[in-house]
Amino acid sequence: MTSGQAALLFFGGLFPLMALAYMLGRRRVLAQEATAPLHSRPGFYGWYAVVWLALPALVVALGATLLQLLGLASPPAPMTLTASLLVAAGGLALALRTLRPSLRARNIVEGVARWLLLAASLVSILTTLGIVLSILFEAIRFFQTVSIWEFLTGTTWSPDTAFLGGAGREGGESAQFGSVPLFAGTFMITAIAMVVALPVGLLSAIYMSEYAPKRVRAAAKPTLEVLAGIPTVVYGFFAAITVSPLVVQLAGYVGLDASHSNALAPGVVMGVMIIPFVSSLSDDVISAIPHSLREGSFALGATTSETIKQVLLPAALPGVIAAFILAASRALGETMIVVMAAGLRPNLTANPLEDMTTVTVRIVDALTGDQEFDSPQTLSAFGLGLMLFIVTLVLNMISMYVVRRFHEKYD
Amino acid sequence: MATPDPHTAKLLKRRYRAERRFKALCIGALSFAVAFLVLFFADIISKGYPAFQQTKIQTEVTYSERSVELPLAAVGEDVRYLVSRGFLRQIPDQVERDPDLMGRTVTRWVTADTDVDQYLKGKHSKLSEEDEQIVDRLAEEGRAELAFNWSLFTAGDSTMPEMAGIRSAVVGTLFTLLVTMLVSFPVGVMTAVYLEEFAPDNRLTRAIEVNINNLAAVPSILYGLLGLAVFINFFGVPRSSALAGGLTLALMTLPIIIISTRAALRSVPDSIREGAFGVGASRLQMVAHHVLPLSLPGILTGSIIGLAQAMGETAPLLIVGMMAFIPASPDGVMDAATVLPAQIFSWASRPERAFAELTAAGIIVLLVVLLTLNAAAVLLRKRFERRW
Repeated sequence: MTSGQAALLFFGGLFPLMALAYMLGRRRVLAQEATAPLHSRPGFYGWYAVVWLALPALVVALGATLLQLLGLASPPAPMTLTASLLVAAGGLALALRTLRPSLRARNIVEGVARWLLLAASLVSILTTLGIVLSILFEAIRFFQTVSIWEFLTGTTWSPDTAFLGGAGREGGESAQFGSVPLFAGTFMITAIAMVVALPVGLLSAIYMSEYAPKRVRAAAKPTLEVLAGIPTVVYGFFAAITVSPLVVQLAGYVGLDASHSNALAPGVVMGVMIIPFVSSLSDDVISAIPHSLREGSFALGATTSETIKQVLLPAALPGVIAAFILAASRALGETMIVVMAAGLRPNLTANPLEDMTTVTVRIVDALTGDQEFDSPQTLSAFGLGLMLFIVTLVLNMISMYVVRRFHEKYD
Repeated sequence: MATPDPHTAKLLKRRYRAERRFKALCIGALSFAVAFLVLFFADIISKGYPAFQQTKIQTEVTYSERSVELPLAAVGEDVRYLVSRGFLRQIPDQVERDPDLMGRTVTRWVTADTDVDQYLKGKHSKLSEEDEQIVDRLAEEGRAELAFNWSLFTAGDSTMPEMAGIRSAVVGTLFTLLVTMLVSFPVGVMTAVYLEEFAPDNRLTRAIEVNINNLAAVPSILYGLLGLAVFINFFGVPRSSALAGGLTLALMTLPIIIISTRAALRSVPDSIREGAFGVGASRLQMVAHHVLPLSLPGILTGSIIGLAQAMGETAPLLIVGMMAFIPASPDGVMDAATVLPAQIFSWASRPERAFAELTAAGIIVLLVVLLTLNAAAVLLRKRFERRW
């Protein structure tokens, strides 16, 4: 019996047993109702029995799993299964024996429910911890073979030779893990995306909240949101198959030489992807500005555009900046578009028509190859992931800080 | 009304011009986004719709000892190199499944080779001139025609574009989403209920709240690294399985569900809570009997949107290995599986032209499903939206 089957049997068996426990507990207390008034509604006695059945069983099952994972002991799956079911039966028997009408079943059940809810909300903390620790540990292993300094300042990224060296092939140069060209490529594509997304998103939001008739607004908003619902793999395909050749062709008309996996195509497409993000956040900020400000401006004889430029935008600026930073952090971490449309070659250049690669592309490349898991080539993905995590976390923090610090109080 | 002096009039004119310019700029921005959307859909549909059709050739198929050993011999010599090798490969299977076929000759519509297909669709093909003439003749006789490509939906992945379909990816997507839903929905709703209705205002609560906001902004590929390190390397979940992918996506979807559930809970007015308390309900009863049922439409809307997002996600799934070549549908959550976006990605990187068509067709299917889900969420919200 594999552990997967055991888990299936466990949960498959637990749920009917829980239903049974509920009915038994409820019936038992109802039979006693004549002797004394019930403290709680009858259902709570049923739940009381369920708790006594399920909690011990879960504790045993989780404990056995944990022991196995930590390598302390490996109880065979059938044994764990039997033990947990026995404990469950014992718990149920105990519950049925202690059931009395005067039992404060509701308080007990609600206490347990509260703990369960708290446990669920700790999952998000565990997830963060998991991300940080898993990336950190592997990154530390990476930095044991590659110095952090070289990683942060080196301008050559050529991990493939490490693979050849590992395979016992001599003669190749040693691998180099300088991440500067990757980050340069990432920032270049992000910058292109922001050049597209910021003005288009902001101006669209202004149009929709200040100029547009109700009907246009009602149609335009969901239309923009369609852009946000398109999967990134689809944008990637579009960027690679349609926009890239277009860029090459257009560059050819003006006498420029563009690479087929140029940075412009993924940048522009990524910018379009972020438009709804920028526009909906800006829209929220702009519509939160009270009408008295607009009316005051109009009363002084300002036109709509003057009102927008001189009253609304300054008032909305912190929110817009926060949206801008969040959008940038999203663009930095975007993967599929660049995997499909940007190049694989690390290239330190300022020309968006050349091919360049990004951090996320190299992460995917390092982890979808055939290398063994412990090679520096594979582990480099975690080094890059750690950097990406830190950069996006800092950007999020800045954005939250900006919103809190500059939050306008209008009243 | 007094006529303004020339200077003021000039100024006024300039200001009105600036006004019009700015408005035009705003309209231009919106039009750019809409134009992109139109161009995008036109492009994908024009690229993808040919893949919904597939050339079939009518020919006699002979089932005999010889054709089982040498499937090429099963069809007439003239079309031998025009029908799909994928079909010919199935001949021994067909005989095994239906022994009655043995020794018979059946006239059938047979899937054509991809080059024939491309040629009939008027695209560049690698057919020799001779073969092109044969295909032209067949088409004239009505023995070669474009039919609806059912195998796109009934077949799994294949190295031959004419035999490849999305079935295994669709099944993999269903398994993956099932895992995602079973994990993220209860945990997400419970978290939101705790934070909104039970949590005291203390350090832990605030930490959880900040955390959830941060998690919502973590790049999706980092969830892939998490899934790889924790679920696959530590817990030993099989690589490429729907379980590994589903758990990874569940953690990614969790913040979306939590945030939208909290908004839904918050929109229930306090008078409901006070009413429940007033008739003697406990906090749990108040939530379970009054607040949750009232906010359910909002919770479902948010969850559908979260799941739709998970359904389109690719990057973390590539990291946990769900890009494998999967011809047969997976039978459970532990089997190697692929999902629709990953299938699209792997088709997009294959060089044959026909795979670009298939990629676009897969995209059309994915977009139809996603847009339907999103529309359902919007309708649900409209239908059950309540103003208190």
